[in-house]
Amino acid sequence: MGFLTRIWAIAWKDILAELRAREMVLSMFLFGFLVILIFNFGIEPGLREMNLVRPGVFWSAFIFAGMLGLNRSFAGEKENDCLQGLLLCPVDRAEIYVGKFLANCVFTIVMGFFVFIFFAALYNVDVLAVGFPLAVIVVLAAVGFSSVGTLFAAVSVGLKARDVLLAILLFPVMVPVILAAAKSSGVVLDGSGLGSAGLWLGLLLVYDVVFFSISVVTFEYVVEE
Amino acid sequence: MSVGSSEMQTLPSNPEPDRGRPLWLDILGIATVILVLVDLFGALLWVPREVQMGDVQRIFYFHMPSAWLALGPAFTVVFICGILYLWKKELLYDRIAVASAEIGVVFTTITLVTGPLWAKPIWGAYWTWDPRLTTTLVLWFIYVAYLMVRSSFPEGHRRARLLAVVGIVGWVDVPIVFMSIRWWRTIHPTLVSAQGMDMDPSMQAMLVFSLGVFTMLYVYLMVVRVGQETVASRLGRISQQIHIR
Amino acid sequence: MTPAPGIDEVSGRIRGTDPAEIEVKGLWKYFGHFPALRGLDLQLGAGRFLTVFGPNGAGKTTLIRVLSTQLIPSEGCVRIGSVDVDTDTTALRRRIGVISHNTFLYSNLSAVENLRFYGRMYGLEDLDTRIGDLLVQVGLKDRQEDLVAAYSRGMQQRLSIARALLHDPDIMFLDEPYTGLDQHASRMLREVLDTLHTGERTLMLTTHNLQQGLEMCDEVAIQVDGRLVYQEEVSRIDQAEFRNTYFECVGKGGGWVS
Repeated sequence: MGFLTRIWAIAWKDILAELRAREMVLSMFLFGFLVILIFNFGIEPGLREMNLVRPGVFWSAFIFAGMLGLNRSFAGEKENDCLQGLLLCPVDRAEIYVGKFLANCVFTIVMGFFVFIFFAALYNVDVLAVGFPLAVIVVLAAVGFSSVGTLFAAVSVGLKARDVLLAILLFPVMVPVILAAAKSSGVVLDGSGLGSAGLWLGLLLVYDVVFFSISVVTFEYVVEE
Repeated sequence: MSVGSSEMQTLPSNPEPDRGRPLWLDILGIATVILVLVDLFGALLWVPREVQMGDVQRIFYFHMPSAWLALGPAFTVVFICGILYLWKKELLYDRIAVASAEIGVVFTTITLVTGPLWAKPIWGAYWTWDPRLTTTLVLWFIYVAYLMVRSSFPEGHRRARLLAVVGIVGWVDVPIVFMSIRWWRTIHPTLVSAQGMDMDPSMQAMLVFSLGVFTMLYVYLMVVRVGQETVASRLGRISQQIHIR
Repeated sequence: MTPAPGIDEVSGRIRGTDPAEIEVKGLWKYFGHFPALRGLDLQLGAGRFLTVFGPNGAGKTTLIRVLSTQLIPSEGCVRIGSVDVDTDTTALRRRIGVISHNTFLYSNLSAVENLRFYGRMYGLEDLDTRIGDLLVQVGLKDRQEDLVAAYSRGMQQRLSIARALLHDPDIMFLDEPYTGLDQHASRMLREVLDTLHTGERTLMLTTHNLQQGLEMCDEVAIQVDGRLVYQEEVSRIDQAEFRNTYFECVGKGGGWVS
């Protein structure tokens, strides 16, 4: 199963490089925390409708912090023209995509985890009760986010306005993910189980499958010159 | 190997002098303008006043065709041309796609402006989070992003490939966005979203006519725009060649 | 698809395949409207070593990038080893090695990690031994655990050479490889080229350094404005004369010089 080795090699290379550099991961966490903090100052604490608002706060932080990670995923390839080195290898472009996608998923999920801890502290969330269902939602959202995110990050790599363009491209396409994630986590945070959020989870799943497939197929067109 | 300067080998020979715009295009243009004026007259003056909503309802004859063209043909053409380009590698498909995206953004903007103008007197708020209108707003952002990608890259096959991919992803996203917003709204229906309009035959006829006129406008603008892009491309190539020693 | 490689007992090379000839006809490459390559023709026999000279902007890097499958030709025909570059590009990539002024190395990874990564990408067996041998050959064995970010430019280029040789390519493209190299690395590169230049591999090097370029090759060519305007066996030219020829070609800009 050669392709699995290669995909894993690419994903691991990204993760290892990032662990060594540490800068981007740290920035992601800090930025996520800051977003939550800023939102907090914008909203009256102890608001009765806080339960309606807090999922939105978390997911906004998640998306913004996630964006930082996506930019990183190809920035490392730009240095020393590593992307060219990778493209020179006898590797299917789809494998490169899946490898990078996996690395991005890992970073996004880890970021989601830490941001959630911070969020739980500020909003008095019973972590033990909602931890597992929320983890499921975070994973599904991270997959959807990373799938299109990796593809679009490859589109905007090398441009001067790279960060802005990536955000403008990605956010509208992310609307279903944000909606579904916010709605289902709202349900879970209010005490119901994952079952009540079934509709939204289904939407997330469909989104993930559809956009992962499209991205796998179209990545080679984005990355070839 | 041939001796002789490079210029002679690289300028395209152009035996046919340019004929300028073909006659049928001009006729189409004039006909379109006339029909748009007829449409304006019809919607604003001729068609009877709607019972419940009053004169404000007349905006619907522009709002609905714009919305339909934007959500339907305009961006579907972008999608199909994207696939066709990736398959055939002909830049013509890229030109058609950008023309459709630009005109689509125009129609989307018209929809987004006429919608709130209509909503305010009727429902008391500019924005009602109506699923169709909200999806249109997201659509607007997607295709503005498409145009921004276009202006960030120099003309050529690489840009066409990137745009094709963006166009494909954007178009697939729209139905998913619509469904998610619809579910969102039905679970929390805090604002009115029903259309509730009484339409007598003349009003229905007016609507169909308006739809036809807008479609014709779309087609005309498309032909003009694609022609522009083709000429611009040739011009770009020729001026590049003139700059080479 | 070619199967994964094993070590050939006789030649000592990993691959049992032969060096490939390069055949280019009417190659055009546009960047936007700008033609970097303008109907370029090139023939290089298998196992031969060609040096391409040319001023900046002649399109030498673009030529290397097209031939090494990094870029898709806009027009024209490129065949390597009688195989069109478009068909089965993946198999072709297994046989191609590139050394460029970019090192293709990940700064946050160590030398060993970089080589291991590329080794996995090429599906090589017995990776650790091979990496060890190569690192000894380029003189970086004792610094193998250090991050590439800590390497000097010369060391990075040496590691890049090891990276390019990892999968024992049949065809090697070297794009201005001496750029920014110190004495030590330059000498090492020359040694490596010497060991490569045995007729078992096809080599193509671009440079604008006339002396370095003429040292080892079988054939020379001059590229100006996206085309080759001169190609000759090195045995048939007078090295002093060649300097004049070169400036004549560059001055003429476009026409073939015989």
